[in-house]
Amino acid sequence: MIANRHTQVYDSTKRPAPAIEEIRQVFRYRYLIGQLLRRDILTRYKRSALGVAWTMINPLGTMLILAVVFSQVFKMEGYASFILTGLMAWNFFAQASNAAIINLVWGGGLIKRIYIPRTSFAIAAVGTGLVNLALALIPLIVVVVINGLKITWAIVFLPVPILLLAMFTLGVGLFLSSFAVYFPDVAEMYQIVLTAWMYLTPIIYPVDRLPELAQKIIPFVNPMYWLVELFRMPIYAGKIPPWSMIWPISLLCIVVLVFGWWFFCRRADEMAYRI
Amino acid sequence: MTEYFIQQPPQISLQDIVVSYKAPTERFATFKEYAIRVVQGKIRQAEFLAVNHVNLDIYRGEVFGIIGQNGAGKSTLLKVVARVLPPTEGRVVIHGWIAPLLELGAGFHPELTGRENIFLNGAILGFSRKEIEGYFQEVVDFSELGEFIEAPIRTYSSGMLGRLGFAAATVQRPDILLVDEVLSVGDEAFQEKCFKRIDSFRGQGTTILMVTHAMGQVQEMCQRAAWLDHGNLMFVGKPEDVISAYRASFDWHEK
Repeated sequence: MIANRHTQVYDSTKRPAPAIEEIRQVFRYRYLIGQLLRRDILTRYKRSALGVAWTMINPLGTMLILAVVFSQVFKMEGYASFILTGLMAWNFFAQASNAAIINLVWGGGLIKRIYIPRTSFAIAAVGTGLVNLALALIPLIVVVVINGLKITWAIVFLPVPILLLAMFTLGVGLFLSSFAVYFPDVAEMYQIVLTAWMYLTPIIYPVDRLPELAQKIIPFVNPMYWLVELFRMPIYAGKIPPWSMIWPISLLCIVVLVFGWWFFCRRADEMAYRI
Repeated sequence: MTEYFIQQPPQISLQDIVVSYKAPTERFATFKEYAIRVVQGKIRQAEFLAVNHVNLDIYRGEVFGIIGQNGAGKSTLLKVVARVLPPTEGRVVIHGWIAPLLELGAGFHPELTGRENIFLNGAILGFSRKEIEGYFQEVVDFSELGEFIEAPIRTYSSGMLGRLGFAAATVQRPDILLVDEVLSVGDEAFQEKCFKRIDSFRGQGTTILMVTHAMGQVQEMCQRAAWLDHGNLMFVGKPEDVISAYRASFDWHEK
């Protein structure tokens, strides 16, 4: 019988540290995470005629509007590509961290009845974001070519900023969803924060157009500045970012992920009481 | 059958279980309210004992019922067994694989088809794709959904949903089945089928732990029962005795 495969002894006094145990359970439940990811992608576009194509059309549409509106303000070469690269990195972060919150609230009914690793929801949200991001790379390349920019070998560097973005997003998503599960207001507040945060990130404007003071402050307080730049540089400038730009943000992303993970796992047991 | 004669440890062992919630004395609907109170230092935390030093052993193959009024701690105890909730104090030891009979709709997505939902639900129960593929047809047959299995479940009637839910949750025999007030699915004929399946589980050695308000069900199905009141274990024994003790406490309050 299949049931025997799962047979095990559970002893509440012999539970390992939650944050470590969670990693093991996530591996054990990897098929569940795949299913949640699949569900996110399938249900999002299920009733629309163009389906998954919207993943590519959506950023293109936003880019087109922004490019038309701001191209007179920021006269620069390949402005459309500039916006689109920034927008893709940003959208990934904003949508996936939001989805982490929404998914956990959806799963609230489940996690008080059956054991599943509670980080699954955030991991699936980030996974969905990664699939969308990968799909959106196709129209991005097209736009870059139309813009007359050169695609260089630097493009093979892209997995690095994408991985860093995923780590940062997962950390933030876990941290926020451990609050949002109790207070729906957090999700609403986060929307406003995201809007402000977006304008503090050089997506529409190149950073050297900012007042000098802002140019100095933003890189210090906004990790998304670095993540957007790391993602943009290999495509827009055709260069691999220098090491001095990579290591501090990598360190930060690791810290954010570890902290978010630890914080979430520490509170995860409590969630079954409160939901 | 020799294994029955070997002295076995209890399948579910609750040892001096305490579950206490530290809940604020007021409920905060919004984060703002909460934040203001935190800043003011005005949050009064009340210790609420949902389960109070409960000792209980449940053995392999038993059908065990827990009764009690709303808020007596029955569902909390079930959560402890389902390892969703670690106890505040005490120790739970459980041997074997536990499957809760999920409430209708929990773990389903309305936009997905019946087929897709069986896979999602199976994954939630901890099965792999291969395993789900192996039992898929059995779920379809048991739920009597036929070709509707390819339709999104938002188009299902509540009866169809209930059938799918029950079929998906019980397709594999667990070592321990947790039932929380959900044995009222579909029409009478289907209910009969559900009871038969649960009965056959019991015949094969599944331990069943159920929480219910239906005294008839407890009397009919359970070998032993327990009565919980305000987190305290009041009485453990034969269903008839437990029910009459429970009812007596009622009459006493009314007089």
